[in-house]
Amino acid sequence: MARGRVRRGIRRRRVITVLALLIGVGYLVSLMVGQTVYSPAEVLGVMLGQDVPGAGFTVGRLRLPRASLAVLAGLCFGLGGVTFQTMLRNPLASPDIIGISSGASAAAAFAIIVLGLGSTAVSVVAIVSGLAVALAVYALAYKGGVAGTRLILIGIGVAAMLDSMTAYVLSQAAEWDLQVAMRWLTGSLNGSTWAQTVPVFVALVVLAPVLLGQSRNLSMSQLGDDTASALGVRVERSRVILIVAAVGLIAFATAAAGPIAFVAFLAGPIASRIVGPGVSLLVPAGLVGALLVLVGDFAGQYAFGTRFPVGVVTGVLGAPYLIYLIIRTNRAGGSL
Amino acid sequence: MTLIHTLTVENLTLGYGDRTVIDGLDLVVPTGRITAIVGANACGKSTLLRSMSRLLVPRGGQVLLDGTQVHRMPAKELARTLGLLPQSPIAPEGITVSDLVGRGRNPHQRMFSRWSAEDDEAVAAALDATDTASLADRSVDELSGGQRQRVWIAMALAQQTDLLLLDEPTTFLDVSHQVEVLDLLTDLNRARGTAIVMVLHDLNLAARYADHLIALAGGRVHAVGEPHEVLTEETVQAVFGLSSRVLLDPTSGRPMMLPIGRHNVVVPA
Repeated sequence: MARGRVRRGIRRRRVITVLALLIGVGYLVSLMVGQTVYSPAEVLGVMLGQDVPGAGFTVGRLRLPRASLAVLAGLCFGLGGVTFQTMLRNPLASPDIIGISSGASAAAAFAIIVLGLGSTAVSVVAIVSGLAVALAVYALAYKGGVAGTRLILIGIGVAAMLDSMTAYVLSQAAEWDLQVAMRWLTGSLNGSTWAQTVPVFVALVVLAPVLLGQSRNLSMSQLGDDTASALGVRVERSRVILIVAAVGLIAFATAAAGPIAFVAFLAGPIASRIVGPGVSLLVPAGLVGALLVLVGDFAGQYAFGTRFPVGVVTGVLGAPYLIYLIIRTNRAGGSL
Repeated sequence: MTLIHTLTVENLTLGYGDRTVIDGLDLVVPTGRITAIVGANACGKSTLLRSMSRLLVPRGGQVLLDGTQVHRMPAKELARTLGLLPQSPIAPEGITVSDLVGRGRNPHQRMFSRWSAEDDEAVAAALDATDTASLADRSVDELSGGQRQRVWIAMALAQQTDLLLLDEPTTFLDVSHQVEVLDLLTDLNRARGTAIVMVLHDLNLAARYADHLIALAGGRVHAVGEPHEVLTEETVQAVFGLSSRVLLDPTSGRPMMLPIGRHNVVVPA
């Protein structure tokens, strides 16, 4: 029995190590490879601030912010997604399905295209509206307690509404804005700058420890409110902290990279498949999210004849899984 | 290890929305004994139990543990003294028995603390006491109803509380498993002095296993005392609106209730 616990702990650490290594390799490769291929030495030189002819601009200004944002945004999506999925005990309850990403995205698109705000202000607008959508979905689903199914269905409706608002805002954009604006539909890392990347980094540094501090309460919440409370969890307080931190991560990442399709939705279940039950999924899911965005963006740029934004690649990966989940829950008696 | 804890309810009023379920109720849980709460459906048995473990904030009155209001105690401190097993707890998908039982250790752990040898011992002891050690590595999803209930009780045992509240621990179990669970709880009470308060549907099992019975009706305590004081034909009539015969159970010497319906009554009551 104690052996089982130790074994799972070892497996989880191994998975974390392997994922971190893969991210490291992916990060390096995406810095090296492109229309011009640079050696690891040249890349390292740029990272250390040396003046490397040619590579200085391409690696330092184009690839480095892009790859960094990919990793950071992926971590945010993975952490935020698995938090919601665990808390609501349902893989469909991820923020990109129940409208929170859509809310952050619609607000960010509006703030940029209509109000012309800068990146910090955009992040603030995105997080406020992400929280507002989370609150609205919760309130609409509340009927003497919140049932997971009702919350998910309402969230899907709200997401559809917000997505159409985003589309409307985009239709109002000037033509030269459109390329940038397309980000708010599927998520894209095209033209990433440090100005976009830094707020995501700060959000992660502040909010990830908050989430990790709630890790045990998050696991306890899977037992249901009554049992968790009887075991000494302050359920309401813990839920508020988890929601604010998770929405914060999602909103900051969305404000920078758009609602990269299905990363929040996929990361948790993939991590769960790899590490198995009974351990905290927060860190593995964050790493899977980072890997998905990093690899998805790289594939989108170079694997096909044309360049696709990362959200198209992750969307193609995620959609079949969504269909699979819906079919499975239908067979299991529609309990979602 | 067992200290004497007192759990008392004073003038407690509870409700949901505009419905009052418990109305000015007083009771004292006897220390170190087995108490069963009985009453008709929707008479507030579960509501009372939930409030006693801080899950429901009183509209009026208070629940006191050793003189302190349970709603004002730190959550983990309360959870080290008072445990509650809800009526239908939820097991996370795929969780193993030992992991689920390990969750019972939460009130003894700090935010970032590691799993300790003490935690291991508590889980092992809980599995032994409930005869579930052989299931430790099995997934909870695969277990039968009786096994699952024993695992939930093991989780509550790993919590190592001196007071244990259980909401209908025998529902959905067949009769042999019902008896098994109640025997197990009695063992605990006898061996460790754990005070047990449980909501039970079956009056005869309640009278058989409880030292102390509380019959609720209309949001108040209708009758309280030892089984032979509470389980009477008058109480059954008043609490359940049912005619019955109460006999002496030849095996236990406790009262035993036979309901009288409208059919198949050959001997006039």
